[in-house]
Amino acid sequence: MRREAPHRLADYGPLFFPAMMLIVFFVVPFATMIAVSFFQRQQGGFYVPAFELANYQRFLSLFFANVLGFSLMLAIAVAVCCVVLAVPFTYLLTRMARKVQVVWLVALLSVLSLSEVIIGFAWSTLFSRTAGITNLLVMAGLMSEAKALLPSFGAVLTGMVYQAFPYTVLVLYPALVRLDPTLTEAARTLGASPVKAFFTVVVPALRNTITATLIMVFIFALGSYLLPQILGRPQHWTLSVLITDQAIYQSNMPFAAAMAVFLVLVTLGLVALTVIAGRKGEAA
Amino acid sequence: MTSALSKIYFFLIGLFLALPLIVVAGVSVNAKQTLAFPPKGFSPSWYGEIFLNPEWRNALLASLTLAILSAALAVAIALPLAWFLWRRIAPWANIFQLLGVAPFTLPPVITALGLLTFWATTGFYGQPWTAVVSHAIFFVTLPLVTLSLGFTAIDRSLVEAAATMGADDRTIFRTVVLPLILPYIVSGYAFAFVLSLNEYIVAYMTVGFIIETLPIKIFNALRYGYTPTMASVTILFVVTAAVIFSLVARFGDLPKLLGAMSSDGK
Amino acid sequence: MSGLALNSVTKEFGTFTAVNNVELTVPHGTFVCMLGPSGCGKTTLLRMIAGLDLPTGGGIRLDGEDITRVPTHKRNLGMVFQSLALFPHLTVGENIAYPLRIRSAPKEDQKKRVDELLSMVHLSGYADRPVSKLSGGQRQRVAIARALAISPKLFLLDEPLSALDAKLREAMQVELRQLQQQLGITTIVVTHDQREAMTMADTVVVMNGGEIRQAASPIEIYRRPADTFVADFIGSTNLLEAEADGTGRVSVLGQPVAGISLGPNVRKATLSIRPEDVHLTAPGNGALSGTVTFVRDLGGTIETFVDVAGHQVVAVSTPRARPDVSVGQPVGVVLLPDVCVVLAK
Repeated sequence: MRREAPHRLADYGPLFFPAMMLIVFFVVPFATMIAVSFFQRQQGGFYVPAFELANYQRFLSLFFANVLGFSLMLAIAVAVCCVVLAVPFTYLLTRMARKVQVVWLVALLSVLSLSEVIIGFAWSTLFSRTAGITNLLVMAGLMSEAKALLPSFGAVLTGMVYQAFPYTVLVLYPALVRLDPTLTEAARTLGASPVKAFFTVVVPALRNTITATLIMVFIFALGSYLLPQILGRPQHWTLSVLITDQAIYQSNMPFAAAMAVFLVLVTLGLVALTVIAGRKGEAA
Repeated sequence: MTSALSKIYFFLIGLFLALPLIVVAGVSVNAKQTLAFPPKGFSPSWYGEIFLNPEWRNALLASLTLAILSAALAVAIALPLAWFLWRRIAPWANIFQLLGVAPFTLPPVITALGLLTFWATTGFYGQPWTAVVSHAIFFVTLPLVTLSLGFTAIDRSLVEAAATMGADDRTIFRTVVLPLILPYIVSGYAFAFVLSLNEYIVAYMTVGFIIETLPIKIFNALRYGYTPTMASVTILFVVTAAVIFSLVARFGDLPKLLGAMSSDGK
Repeated sequence: MSGLALNSVTKEFGTFTAVNNVELTVPHGTFVCMLGPSGCGKTTLLRMIAGLDLPTGGGIRLDGEDITRVPTHKRNLGMVFQSLALFPHLTVGENIAYPLRIRSAPKEDQKKRVDELLSMVHLSGYADRPVSKLSGGQRQRVAIARALAISPKLFLLDEPLSALDAKLREAMQVELRQLQQQLGITTIVVTHDQREAMTMADTVVVMNGGEIRQAASPIEIYRRPADTFVADFIGSTNLLEAEADGTGRVSVLGQPVAGISLGPNVRKATLSIRPEDVHLTAPGNGALSGTVTFVRDLGGTIETFVDVAGHQVVAVSTPRARPDVSVGQPVGVVLLPDVCVVLAK
C-alpha cells in the first residue's frame, strides 16, 4: 500500500475520536491539575481560583525535604533490587523453551495486574503475627514464637520489589529475547564459562537497556501510593502516599496538585539527568 | 549458568511470587472469621460470600461493569489511532501516540489527581460514567501498544492486492485489516480489562465516594476490619487474571506480544 | 592418535534423529568440509564437536582424549559462527583479545597477539574501531582472528561465508584455505555451498538425513560418488536407469549399450554420467537415440537437452566443440564406459 500524507479532511477521519478523547480527558485534566495547584484552598474541601505560590512554598521545609529524599531513596533501592534480580532471571527465561516461557509470562502478568491494595493486603498477611510466615518458621522449629514483621522498612521494600519485579522482567524481556544467542555461545567457545559469559558479554552488551530499565522501574516505584502506607510507618510515606492522603483524606486539592506537579518535574528532571549523563558517558 | 543453579534461582523467584498468594489462599479457607495461617479448619464459604453478600456482590458487579465498558472504550480510542498512524504518513500525529502512552507511564497518582480535579471542575464529579472514561484513558496505552504492534505485522502488499481488486479504504479495513488485527484487538482488550478490574487509585479518586469497586471494597475492609472475604476475592482476582492471560497465550503468541510490547510502548 | 575422532556419534531430539551413528576420523592438520542440504545434521554435528550440544550417543576424542562431556569453554577451540557473533559492545581489538582476557593473559601479551592477528587477516590498524563500523568482509576477518587468538587445536566454522556476496565469498575461500595451510590447523567447515567445499577441503563429508553418505577428497567425490544422492548433490549429473539381462548385456533407458557392466548378478542399477562427459553424435552407431528439445547457449558453455525415451539427458560442451544440432533434430547420445559410474539402486 502506498502510505501517503493525509490531504483531504476525510483522511483525518479516524483521528478525530482518539484525538478528542485524549485531549479532553488527558491533556485538559493535566492542565486543570496544574491550574489547581495555584488555587486557594477553602474550608470544606473545595477551592477557589486564584494565583498563589503558597502550595509550593510548603515544600521548602525539612519535612518535605525528608519525604522527597526518602521517596527517591526508596525508588532507587527498589529499582536496583529489581534489576539485579530480574536481569539474570529474564536472561535465563529467554533461553528456555517457548512453552515454559509462556507459563512464566502468564504468572508474571497475573502478579503485575494485581492492584496495590491486593499486594498490600497479601504482604500484610504474610508479615502478620497471626497468619504470617513466622508461623511457618515456628512450625519448623526455627523460631520460638510468631511475631509481626511489619510495619517496617523491610516490609515496604519487599512489597514494592514484589510489585515492580514482574514489570522489570517485562521491560527487559524484549531486549533479552532478541539478544543473539550465538554471542554467549561464541564466548563459551572462546573459553568463558557460562557465568563468565553472562558477566562479560550479556551484561555489557545490554548496558543501555539496563540503564533504561533502571529509570523505568524507578519511575514505576515512585508511583507506589499504598504499599508504604500499608506496610510501613508514617516516616516511610512517600510523595505519592502524601498526594493521595492530601487529596482524599485532607481534602486539600491545591496542595495535592502542587505536589503532583512537583513529582512530575522531579521525575522528568531525574530522567533527563540520567539521559544526559548516559550520553556523556558514551561520548567519553 | 549451570542448570542446577538456575533451577534453584527460578524456584526461589517463583516462591517469592507465590508465597503471599499461598498465604492468602490459606487464609481464605479458614473456618471462622479469623486471620490465621495455617488455616484453622476448612470452609469454602468465603468464596460463596463474594456472590451472596450483597455488598461484595455489588462491588463485583460494579468492577465487572467498569472493566467491560472501559476496556471497550480504550480499544475504541486506540484502534482508529493505530490505524491512522499505520495508514498515513503524519509525523505530527505521533504526539497522540505519546499522549496515549503517557497516562500509564506517569505515576498513577498523577493521572488520578488530574482526572479528579477535572471532574470536580466540570461538575461531573461522582457520576458513574466518569470512572469508565477515566479508566479508558488510563489504560488506553495497552490496546494502543498491542495494536501498533499488530499493524506493523501486517504485510502492506495484502492491502495493495485488495486495492487492485477494487476495494476502497473502508472495504479494505473491513475485509482485510480487521480480520488480521483481531487477535491484537482481543489481547489489547484483555490487558485493559484485567488491569481495570484491579485498579484502585483512579477509581477511588473519581467515584470512590459513591461506588465501591472490588479493590476499593478490599481497601475499605483492610482499613476498617478484617474479613476472610478479602482473601477469597484476592484469589478470585489472581485466578481470573491467570485464566485470561492463559487464554491470550492459548490463542495468540504471548512472547511475541510482549517481545515488542515494551520496546514499542516506550 | 592425533586429530579428531567421532565414534558412532548420535543426537536425538525426542523421536527425531538429527545425527545418526556418525563415524569420522579427521587427521591433524586436515581441512574438512561438511556438506549437505539444510537439515542434514551437519550443523548439529559441528555443535557437538564444539560442545554446544551434547550427543545422546557415541563419543568424541581429540588427540586421543575423550572430550564428549567436556564443557565448551574448556575445549580450547576456535569457532566462527554463521552470525559471526562479534560482541557489539567491544572494539575490534577487544573482540580479538576476549579469549586472551578470559584466560587472564598479561595486557602486553594481549596487545602483541592482537596486532599479530590483525596483520594476519590484513586489518592492521583497525584495533580501536567499533565492530559496527566494519564491512561484511572485515567483520568476517575479525571473527576469524578472534577464533584463532589462542592458536586452538581445532578450528570450527559454521557457514562462515554465507553472509558475503558471491565475489567476496570466493576470495575469502581462497584466503581461508591459504591461512589454514600456513597454520596447519585442523579445520572443520560446515557449508551448503559445494563450490566452497571443493575450493577449500582436503576431505569433503557429504551428509544427508543425519548420516554421512561419503567422505573423500573433492575430486573423488565428484568422479566416484558413492550413491545417487552424492552424485546428484555434487555438481549436476544425468542419472539413467540401466538393466542387465541374464547374459550380462546392458541396456540403458531400454536401448542396448556396449562396454558397460553393472557388476556380477546385478540386474538393475543407475548410471551417473556428468553432462560434460556426454557426447552427441549422429544417430545410430550404438549410441542412444534421442531428440534435441532445447539448446541453452550460455556463451562459455552450451547445454543441449536431449529427450531419450521420455527421459531428459543433458550434454554440456564448450563453444569450440559446439555440437551441430538444432531443436527437433534426432541425435545419438554416446555413453563412454570409463566416465559412467554404476550406482546401486
